[in-house]
Amino acid sequence: MIWDLIVVGSGVAGLSAAIRGRELGRRVVVVAKGYPTQAQTAMAQGGMNAPLSPGDSPERYEEDTLKAGKGIGEREAVHLLAHRSIEAIQWLERLGMPFSRHGNRIAQRRLGGVPVARACYAQDYTGLKLLHTLYDHARKRGVHFLNNHFLLSCIVEGGEARGVTLLDIGEGSVRQLLGSAVVVATGGYAGIYGKFSTNSHGMVGDGIAAVLRAGAKLRDMEFVQFHPTALVQNSLLISEAARGAGGKIINGDGERFVDELTTRDRLARAIYEQLEMGKKVYLDITHLGEDFILSELPQEYRLARLHGGVDPLKEPIPIRPVAHYTMGGIEVDLELRSSIPNLFGVGEVASTGVHGANRLGGNSLMEGVVFGRRAGERASEVEGSGGEREYEETERDRHLIETLLARSGEGESIYREMGEVQELLYRKGGIVREEGELDGALAKVRQCQEELPSKGIGDGSRLYNTDLVAFLEYRNMLDVAEAALTAMKGRRESRGAHYRRDYPEEDRDFQAHSTLWKDNGVLYLDFKRVS
Amino acid sequence: MVIEIRRYHRDQDSPSTFVQYKVDPEKTLLDNLITLKEEVDPTLTFSRGCRSGVCGSCALRVNGEERLACMTRVQEGDRVEPLSVLTVIRDLVVERESSLETLDRGGAFLMDPQEIPLSEEDERLIERQSDCILCESCFSSCPVYETNPHFLGPFTLTRVYRYLVDKREGEKRGHIDRIVENGIWDCTLCGRCGEVCPMGIDPKNDILLLQSWASRYGYSNPQMASFGSYGLEF
Ligand SMILES: Cc1cc2nc3c(=O)[nH]c(=O)nc-3n(C[C@H](O)[C@H](O)[C@H](O)COP(=O)(O)OP(=O)(O)OC[C@H]3O[C@@H](n4cnc5c(N)ncnc54)[C@H](O)[C@@H]3O)c2cc1C
Ligand code: SF4
Ligand code: SF4
Ligand code: FES
Repeated sequence: MIWDLIVVGSGVAGLSAAIRGRELGRRVVVVAKGYPTQAQTAMAQGGMNAPLSPGDSPERYEEDTLKAGKGIGEREAVHLLAHRSIEAIQWLERLGMPFSRHGNRIAQRRLGGVPVARACYAQDYTGLKLLHTLYDHARKRGVHFLNNHFLLSCIVEGGEARGVTLLDIGEGSVRQLLGSAVVVATGGYAGIYGKFSTNSHGMVGDGIAAVLRAGAKLRDMEFVQFHPTALVQNSLLISEAARGAGGKIINGDGERFVDELTTRDRLARAIYEQLEMGKKVYLDITHLGEDFILSELPQEYRLARLHGGVDPLKEPIPIRPVAHYTMGGIEVDLELRSSIPNLFGVGEVASTGVHGANRLGGNSLMEGVVFGRRAGERASEVEGSGGEREYEETERDRHLIETLLARSGEGESIYREMGEVQELLYRKGGIVREEGELDGALAKVRQCQEELPSKGIGDGSRLYNTDLVAFLEYRNMLDVAEAALTAMKGRRESRGAHYRRDYPEEDRDFQAHSTLWKDNGVLYLDFKRVS
Repeated sequence: MVIEIRRYHRDQDSPSTFVQYKVDPEKTLLDNLITLKEEVDPTLTFSRGCRSGVCGSCALRVNGEERLACMTRVQEGDRVEPLSVLTVIRDLVVERESSLETLDRGGAFLMDPQEIPLSEEDERLIERQSDCILCESCFSSCPVYETNPHFLGPFTLTRVYRYLVDKREGEKRGHIDRIVENGIWDCTLCGRCGEVCPMGIDPKNDILLLQSWASRYGYSNPQMASFGSYGLEF
């Protein structure tokens, strides 16, 4: 069968696209690596932006977003986001989204960097409740779900997308899924930093790697937002609320070294510099008192105890900055079209240019809804023309999986090397960057890519083989890391979340988007000036 | 410290066995499972996602009790097993397709949305129920499945309640009609589901409330009726 719409990814963006497709009467299938509500969207706590407060307006929202984007935000995309946000909230209301209330109105809170309360939230579970509301509605609308399927490749024929190839994780077999249009909504790539990331497991940019191999263009891959305060043990995020309430950032000598309320970028850099000097850094909330902590910061208290092994009432919490959100991704236009016809990208996986050089808190969930619905609409207009036969990509991927399974137990395990590369990315391609270090990291990543055929899996079973999935993710991680490092090296300036020690100033010549693509296995980089 | 994990693979001579593993008491159960997979046995199979208790992937049982592996510290001699009731695919991974289908049968969505603004109190009515992460711990703990595989189950009934009492729902009766069969009257009100829910949700209580809603729409408990006809003979 040929679907009208294949959506890969079940987060806020994928489900919004899928629902729009069903509203327009299309046959829609949503593919996810796990089960739909396990998407990383569930982790978002803070909220989603819409200018509902008195005195706020779509114009102000637009200006704040462009300002955070540091000169490379795309005005038209930002305009769309800001002007469709209120209608998006109303749509969610009709689906039953349980936003927190203040009196009879949707409650809003302030998120970092914005002077007005603009983020709609649902306690500390905004993403969770949004995801589940969309999921319930998608089921009501008859969206078909294909769970536990891993995206391997995009099928492209005559320059147009025809579908995707998937690994059925439960069975260990490769199958193809054909559709008139493919919407890639597989989320961001902050997970390439492994232990140094707030992200959910496996967020290594599978979708980005797949479309890059298929010949699509990527954009702004150097822009990765780091969150300044995450637990050292497992990088869970300690929210800004702790600092807002008077929490102090101190080093191992008990000294304060930075204004706690400065921007995320600056704070992350200041903390990172201390760590580089070999000092430990802590978030100290002990002086706030037991009553206050237990009533106002209960989540932080619980997480620090369980995962950090510290009692925040009595001792400071060890923290470090970690990768949190990726602005770059598949290059798409205002209609969410990638450079390959009939292939769309939306959500964190895509780059519409909305976030520019840095994302404002609360903008990604909203982006997922506004642009997700738009992607679903545009993709629904596509009339497919491909035939129903087995494609080359399917044959090739089947061969890959069969080879990996047949050789199980032979090659070296990937896990140790994977951990090393992730740490290297954090140190050399993370918060502070420099030409020589980026060269070194790139050389290492390329060496790992070359040596990958000598690595292997230890589990030869077809049945729900998570060792096999880890291997495929590692392959993608290396491809995505190569692209990101290449863009970091090419951008010889500092802007937004991208900081170069050797080029610490913003440079007007770089008021441009980086573009990356692959031809015959070779990666190319170019810069396009912002319109 | 040593714990036991139930390993299962349908193609092995003895498909199901307990295997002992050394673990680090300073880490969560999930972090220990990850270390075991990466350093000791790559075939160890489990599900994971957020590591912070919101994605529902890592639910399993420790000493017979449903738990989220990411929110649990290990203890000497712990016996780790997959969720119950659901079919085990491999080791700690279970099949969830069929349990999620209860959401469709039960009608867990807004049927006829009305443009009514919610107040703080209205929202509070559905706040706890909408915290559900679909970890299916409650499903695993429910004794009804020993006798009735078609039971709608605790998470679906809680979700139905959440949409039914939503002020914006214009179609209340439609919800009730879908949960009387293999639903609210089949629950034994044992309360297990509420005890194991990591989000503090109490499906039993929601089921009781649904029962009284059903009475309002003219339904009565068929089990009570059968007591009537058999007299007091037990
Ligand atoms: C801790 C945390 C807090 C956050 N807080 C906020 C906030 O308060 N406000 C805000 O606006 N944003 C926040 N964000 C960012 C926001 O949550 C994400 O940007 C957003 O949810 C991304 O949604 P998405 O739909 O693009 O993808 P995701 O939700 O990441 O979903 C990706 C989907 O793709 C699927 N997938 C991935 N790879 C494959 C593959 N190979 N094959 C098949 N399927 C695949 C997954 O299964 C999943 O269904 C936060 C992020 C984190 C980590
Ligand atoms: S209270 Fe009802 S739904 Fe909950 S576990 Fe007991 S029988 Fe199952
Ligand atoms: S009600 Fe609780 S136990 Fe049941 S699925 Fe939801 S969160 Fe899990
Ligand atoms: S890993 Fe998400 S709930 Fe445990």
